[in-house]
Amino acid sequence: MRRSPLLLSLLTAAVPLAVAQSGSLTVPKMVTAGSAFSIQTSGSGQATLYIMGTDDVLKRDVQLGQPVSIAADTVNHAGHYLVVLTGGGTDTEQFDVQPANRPATVAFLARPSRLSTGLHNGITGAVYVFDPYGNLITNPTSVYFQLSGTGGPEQSRTVQTHDGAAWTQMDSSTKEGAAKFTARAGDVSSTRVIQQVPGDPCGLRMTAKRDNKGIQLQTDPLKDCSGNPVPDGTVVTFTESYYGLQTTVDVPLKRGVAQAEVPAHPGATISAATGVVMGNEIHWGGNE
Amino acid sequence: MRTPVLMLCLLLGAVAGFGDEQPAVDEQPAVRVEPLDLSGPRPLADQTQQAVIRDYLEAWHSLDGALGQNRPDLLNTDFTGSAKDNLTSTIHQQTALGVRARYQDLSHDVRVVFYSPEGLSVQLVDNVEYNVQLIAQEKVLTTQRVHERYVVVLTPSEVRWRVRVFQGEPE
Repeated sequence: MRRSPLLLSLLTAAVPLAVAQSGSLTVPKMVTAGSAFSIQTSGSGQATLYIMGTDDVLKRDVQLGQPVSIAADTVNHAGHYLVVLTGGGTDTEQFDVQPANRPATVAFLARPSRLSTGLHNGITGAVYVFDPYGNLITNPTSVYFQLSGTGGPEQSRTVQTHDGAAWTQMDSSTKEGAAKFTARAGDVSSTRVIQQVPGDPCGLRMTAKRDNKGIQLQTDPLKDCSGNPVPDGTVVTFTESYYGLQTTVDVPLKRGVAQAEVPAHPGATISAATGVVMGNEIHWGGNE
Repeated sequence: MRTPVLMLCLLLGAVAGFGDEQPAVDEQPAVRVEPLDLSGPRPLADQTQQAVIRDYLEAWHSLDGALGQNRPDLLNTDFTGSAKDNLTSTIHQQTALGVRARYQDLSHDVRVVFYSPEGLSVQLVDNVEYNVQLIAQEKVLTTQRVHERYVVVLTPSEVRWRVRVFQGEPE
């Protein structure tokens, strides 16, 4: 006796599920996005057919016993769908729509847009590959990455997507300039411009010369370790130390060199630096 | 023996309740988060992972509310880009056809699979179990239990992660 309410409860609860599982519909289990397909119905008379997913919903008046044709470009979004036939009773089937394996869009995220030359794995790119209907193509797809255009050696590699995503890393070129970073899947590609700028100066050397007002200081043209000129505006700091005192002059590079004039103090020590790079020291003896 | 029967009864009762379109069940879905198995060079901090999954699960709640009430405004918090566009379009179609849809997520088995190197997208896959219901003229036409694998891409916005790609495929 104690189990009767439980059994009744089970039966009552199961009824809606049982109604939904009858089978007068024949539906393909898998359909490719955007393709035409048909649904077979059985029985006779008029009914209403719904195709329902999160991204597409259709409603058709149908003649039972006749196939229902769904034209191409009607159900375009990948995902799970219900097919519900109502008219007297209700019959339900389910099917999935898979992405078309035809890349149409490559969403390309490249970073950074500007970086120093000569950096190992300094450039990263990630892509998501979509079909003509905006579905993420989850089947493995080859993506060709290429970095070119600065006169340095071209870099390229091919990567397979996992669940629609792929990524790569590239070295920045040894030569400054704008590089093209391209990702290609099938016949579609996307390109980003990566500006490669000289890195830190590789060395700093200055010379000193006496003139009427004091000591004229001038650096050699500043270059990074790959030989690229360091951009104008980079600041060079000249420091003159004498009798426990210190004079500092900050000068931006102009045409690749920095120039400054400091007072001539016999016995002074003059140094130059830019960023983390220290230059040579000059001990000023008097006239040179 | 009584406990499994009671649990089954409760489960079926819950399904039947959903079938009668009772108010949304307040029970939280069972959520299992798989260990990280990231493709990509960028590590994912625990806090970021938790935020991504929290926001993703909330998106299911928004999905149910929006498609169940035909209110596209309920998508604004949790969806963006093509996912939001597609769902909004569906709501307009549903409204025109006089139908609504309910999505009640029952369980999630979530795994974060990709954190893009620049930090602007996170991809996860989720084996979901959910009930879906089609309602026409306030009558429940069908209730179905679905097992589906979802591939989801989220992107960061001002204060949360939003679903940008939301796509199901067979498990």
